[in-house]
Amino acid sequence: MPDANMRRPPKLRLPVEWLGILPFAAFALLFLILPTMKIVVGAFQSPEGDFTLQNLIDLNTDSIRSAYWTSVKLSLITALLGCAAGFAMASAVVFGGLPKRLRSPLLTFSGVASNFAGVPLAFAFIATLGPAGLVTLWLKTEFGINLRAMGFNLLSFWGLVVTYLFFQIPLMILIIIPALDGLKREWREAAEVLGATGAQYWRMVAFPILFPSLLGTFALLFANSFGAVATAFALTGPQLNIVPIKLFAQIRGDVLGNPNLGYALAFGMIVVTGLANVTYIVLRTRSERWLK
Amino acid sequence: MAFLELTNLEKVFGANRVVTDFSLGIEKGEFVSLLGPSGCGKTTVLRMVAGFETPSSGSIRIDGQDVTGQRTNQRAIGMMFQAYALFPNMTVADNVAFGLKVKGVPRDEREARVAEMLRLIGLPDLGSRFPFQLSGGQQQRVALARALAPRPRVLLLDEPLSALDAKVRVSLRNEIREIQRELGITTIFVTHDQEEAMSISDRIVVMNGGIAEQAGAPFEIYNNPRTRFVAGFVGTLNMFAATVEAPEQGLLTIAGQRVALARGEIAARHGDTVTLALRPEAIQLGRAEGREVVIPATIEEVHFLGSVIRVRARVMDTMVALDTFNRPDQPPPSIGSTAEISFSPRDVILLP
Amino acid sequence: MTRFLAWTAFLLGVLYFLLPLVGMTEFSLKMRRGEYSFDAYRRVFEDQRFWDTFGYSLTLAGATIIFGILLVVPTAYWVRLKLPQARPIIEFITLLPLVIPAIVIVFGYIRLYNTSSILPLTGSSLGTDVLLTMGYATLALPYMYRAVDTGLRTIDVATLTEAAQSLGAGWITILARIILPNVLVAVLSGAFLTLAIVIGEFTMAALLNRPAFGPFMQLLGANRAYEPPALAVIAFAITWGCMGLIQLVTRFSKHERAKV
Repeated sequence: MPDANMRRPPKLRLPVEWLGILPFAAFALLFLILPTMKIVVGAFQSPEGDFTLQNLIDLNTDSIRSAYWTSVKLSLITALLGCAAGFAMASAVVFGGLPKRLRSPLLTFSGVASNFAGVPLAFAFIATLGPAGLVTLWLKTEFGINLRAMGFNLLSFWGLVVTYLFFQIPLMILIIIPALDGLKREWREAAEVLGATGAQYWRMVAFPILFPSLLGTFALLFANSFGAVATAFALTGPQLNIVPIKLFAQIRGDVLGNPNLGYALAFGMIVVTGLANVTYIVLRTRSERWLK
Repeated sequence: MAFLELTNLEKVFGANRVVTDFSLGIEKGEFVSLLGPSGCGKTTVLRMVAGFETPSSGSIRIDGQDVTGQRTNQRAIGMMFQAYALFPNMTVADNVAFGLKVKGVPRDEREARVAEMLRLIGLPDLGSRFPFQLSGGQQQRVALARALAPRPRVLLLDEPLSALDAKVRVSLRNEIREIQRELGITTIFVTHDQEEAMSISDRIVVMNGGIAEQAGAPFEIYNNPRTRFVAGFVGTLNMFAATVEAPEQGLLTIAGQRVALARGEIAARHGDTVTLALRPEAIQLGRAEGREVVIPATIEEVHFLGSVIRVRARVMDTMVALDTFNRPDQPPPSIGSTAEISFSPRDVILLP
Repeated sequence: MTRFLAWTAFLLGVLYFLLPLVGMTEFSLKMRRGEYSFDAYRRVFEDQRFWDTFGYSLTLAGATIIFGILLVVPTAYWVRLKLPQARPIIEFITLLPLVIPAIVIVFGYIRLYNTSSILPLTGSSLGTDVLLTMGYATLALPYMYRAVDTGLRTIDVATLTEAAQSLGAGWITILARIILPNVLVAVLSGAFLTLAIVIGEFTMAALLNRPAFGPFMQLLGANRAYEPPALAVIAFAITWGCMGLIQLVTRFSKHERAKV
């Protein structure tokens, strides 16, 4: 058949093959792209429908600014701690001389834990670190440590941080273990033969190689935390002023008094998570190129 | 005492004895190859010298100093790996400079040394490239420069050519040997390719199952193999069965002919069957002077390789490989034709 | 030294993950004063709303899975076979749900498909159910597509198709009889992951006001003390079960491959 095509003069052919992805395109358009576009466009629309930047300007209230700042803080901290703790556990299993049998259960559990977010996770932490939680009571009865008196309250910013780590750390583990596997044994050996100590190897070879992956995963964890709603809603509810909660309240019932403000809030979220994810993708491609 | 002295090295992994009673003395500036099939223990010996594996027993001395318990990064050794192992996050120049930087050599000196090494390997302009931009052969040369830059006492090469394609392999192995000779650095080269080992080594140690079967110059190993394994592993070997006639005089019969072996006595009894071995170049197609033993054969395969014609013929019950040179006036033999092969008893190797 | 640090890091991590699980289990058993009992669980299972919402979410999960398979498998197959140029765009689209938060997507749905639009899905409860299912399908898309794509990569799609065509098979037969069985493992993995996602989902269901399991859990959490941890245990067990099934299915496939 190919030969027949080559002998005939080239004629205009309808791209019939592209029909094959029509259902997918329709789905993506209707339920992913158009809704997002609606938000983006709506952020720049006045109630009458004209183009305006007013919505974005209206974001500049104390409450909303504070919400963004708290969200950024929350995401930065959980991403940082998640990366650090995840890296520690992952490298413990890959390099630390731990039994090889621990690796597979760790990966499986990380898969489960990274999906165990939302309402049930909040319940689990309330039952453990809440006012009547298992650990709270145990610390009080065994060691006389009163968490509340020490300033720790689960239903607060820091309580949310501790809770978010439950799915942030496993996500880091899942992504970084392949990257750690990619650190060839020969690099370490070559460095050693050339006279480097373990610390020098990590400083001059391993970390620089891992850095794009680390930074990229940090960005991913950041985006993940920024967009999370359910856990926060179930744990701190309307008490904690973060952007997703604010948006939630706005969608439920125009608490901000300006319907288009919701668009602007959502648009702000897209910008933040979008930037973070682009960073992740760019850095990941860069590191893949090196390690070819 | 040799410059690099390996004494009674043993390595056991769990229930596996990977290296057994390995001893070797290497003189300063000597190029020694460890040759053998996969799993023979050659890489393990190399890694013990490097310090990545600790010997279960035995000792390693470099220039009189016992390094057996010493950490790898203290041994002042250079090493090349099969997978090049260049640091992907650094340029060529930074890779080569790594050993110097780690020691704290000041920048000017480092840069001068790097330039010198890049000239030595013939890549003076590639200093600012990254490894992923280089070909395999180039990467391996950079790896050589990196290993040599800190002036190591010993150079270890772990199958450095196995990942390269054939042409590069040949040119690079000669280059490595040239540089090694120029610098006079004591070198151990691990390979499973016997042609490689023979072409560039001062001495070869043939290993099998964790044991050194024979050590010697390439000529010695090839022409006087001491064990059946060495005879079969190094070069091609044709093997025949022969019956012992008179062991004290080294008399055997093969294909009805009496053959008197040059070496005299045979360690067998009258009537025993022994195995004789002959290299392809020792067998002649047709009769020739000095080749007294003549046996009929049937030609089964003829491979015209240009200057050499490789013929495989059925002799008695075995297939025999023999080489004959191309002669413009003599066409190669045809398949299926009968011919005679001849050889001299002096060329016969008696396999133990 | 390294090993000590490694064990410390590992054990601290294990402690951190274990404590909430232990905490929620222990708490859920403390309903009856002074002794451990399953009272909280009994209460939950006796609550009709539990069964209603769980059943609802399960139904939607099933619909999402079926829709997902019907959408993703032919598309991934077609792209692999005929349209490799479309791959980058398609992959980009399948990554979008990971970039755009669910709350933004559902907000878009509410604005776009309200009663005054061309497609007034939110006008009826069935319409909203459809919308929610589509939302779930969107959330699950990245995982489903990647699973199926990986599965397709390991079989030679082009040759299988040509062989089938030469024997007279049409597209539907090829997809249903040849492609699907060979990527069944990947599809099942995607399906179980979708199940886990849908059962626990809160944001979309809450904002679309549908009687799903997620909002039910949240409601109970706001009003009760011991039932929420019990629900958390159940939810965790379901998530674990789904992941376990994925592992089982993948291990089963390895044996299959070995036989070939």
